[in-house]
Amino acid sequence: MTETAQTSPRSVIEVRDLVTHYGDRMILKGISMDVHADEVMVIMGGSGSGKSTLLRHLMALEHHTSGTMRILGEDIDKLSGVELVELRQKLGVAFQGGALFSSMTVGENVMLPLFEHTGLDRKTMEIMARMKLEVVSLGGFENLMPSELSGGMIKRAAFARAIVMDPKILFCDEPSAGLDPVVASALDDLILLLRDALGMTVVVVTHELESAFKIADRITILDRGEILFIGTPDELRADPSERIQNLLNRVAEDDTMDADAYLNRLTGEQPAYRPL
Amino acid sequence: MTPTDTRNPIVVTTERVGRAAVAGIEEIGMGAMMVVESFYWLIFGRREKQAVRLGAIAEQCMAIGIQAVPIIALLAATIGMMLAIQGIHTLRIFGAESRVTVGISFSVVREFAPLITGIVIAGRSGSALAARIGTMKINQEVDALYVMGINPVRFLVVPAMVAMLIMVPALTLFSDFVGLFFAGVYVNLDLGISLAAYMDQTIELLSVDDLMHGLGKSVIFSILIAVIGVVNGASVQGGAEGVGKATTRAVVQSISAIIVTDMLFAFVVTR
Repeated sequence: MTETAQTSPRSVIEVRDLVTHYGDRMILKGISMDVHADEVMVIMGGSGSGKSTLLRHLMALEHHTSGTMRILGEDIDKLSGVELVELRQKLGVAFQGGALFSSMTVGENVMLPLFEHTGLDRKTMEIMARMKLEVVSLGGFENLMPSELSGGMIKRAAFARAIVMDPKILFCDEPSAGLDPVVASALDDLILLLRDALGMTVVVVTHELESAFKIADRITILDRGEILFIGTPDELRADPSERIQNLLNRVAEDDTMDADAYLNRLTGEQPAYRPL
Repeated sequence: MTPTDTRNPIVVTTERVGRAAVAGIEEIGMGAMMVVESFYWLIFGRREKQAVRLGAIAEQCMAIGIQAVPIIALLAATIGMMLAIQGIHTLRIFGAESRVTVGISFSVVREFAPLITGIVIAGRSGSALAARIGTMKINQEVDALYVMGINPVRFLVVPAMVAMLIMVPALTLFSDFVGLFFAGVYVNLDLGISLAAYMDQTIELLSVDDLMHGLGKSVIFSILIAVIGVVNGASVQGGAEGVGKATTRAVVQSISAIIVTDMLFAFVVTR
């Protein structure tokens, strides 16, 4: 744990000692971090590091065991239903698979938050949806169904829907997963554009190193439910820690394990092995 | 891999039975909560800035009700004629064929119309509801609704439930008419009783109570179909295969629930 940045300019997300469980299994083991206004914060970590869990908690989709979380100054444990809905209108989320509603056209998908939360007339909403689709270079595609789009287009449409309410914070789950390098790089540019042109704070979860170094103002690295590092990309490159250098140089880490425990795990005998 | 269980088999079996019972009770509880929550959003949704959209209800009414009219008509007509055939066959033993109208009118209105409508809607729309909610869950669309500040129960469940509540009794009434009419056509052809006389007899025999008995049941069926579909859809796990399993489970459960409820309702109300 390098720093908790108390000298921060202005934190839009403050997480303190967040502990979460999935069943009996502890996933996040007391995490503290801040996300500052107008920055791109990249959360990295291998599979099972808890990065997706952390993102779900930042989006207030799960209940945590202990610790506090403030989003845009609001303690999310203390919000009523209506207040939470109001807070959520200031958050945008681009899901990994897009999560577009398959029964609606692309345009209707993008319009849905406006339709549900504003009293605008349909014409205005359509224009706003088209404007956001232009931002993600999908102008003219509003009448297609999500099943008619390519993977990269679905992700961009998901971005358009995420930003249609002009959110203060944009969350992106694995924006470049499953895309070819050119399209992935275009999405990185889009994230930077959204931060610069629309003044959004962006939280990105990814495991792509290259993309992380390109877009990040700061990087958080999670490992087995704990924070290994928080800092700028330059600080990350210069960090002497072996685990971080292994990660940067893509060296697989061997788990050191007690011989008896290993034997027990193979033979399936008690004490029962509980997967991490 | 789970380690091989070396405990006493009786303990293991007891534990398994206990776990299954708890899971079953949990599911029933979840269903009950879903009904309560749906009515909450329906009544107080506007206050919480989560109003239920009339358009969504109309859309569901179309899919659940109107599009089911042809198949319901076909099956109701078939059941009506089947009852006439069997009724005449049975009563011929006593030489009382002309009294067949009694059996037909009571069976159609009190039993067969609500039952066949419930079963068709469970197969058509209960499964569709489970599949739709299950697919949306594994595609993170339900999460997307949450983060957009749209309550999924209000957005997905309430329109379907309200549509069921409107359409299942409406279709039951419709199959009452169709079933009675086609039974009358057969009676007319076989026994030569005129359709007008048959209708006259039917109207004389049936009371509002009989009609309400059938429609009351259909209201319960509609809630059962909706809740079982939603609960199975919402508990989908494990991708596309899970959706398939949940859909099958929803159909089997709702048809079983309909038949059992039908018997219980008849038992309680007729005694």
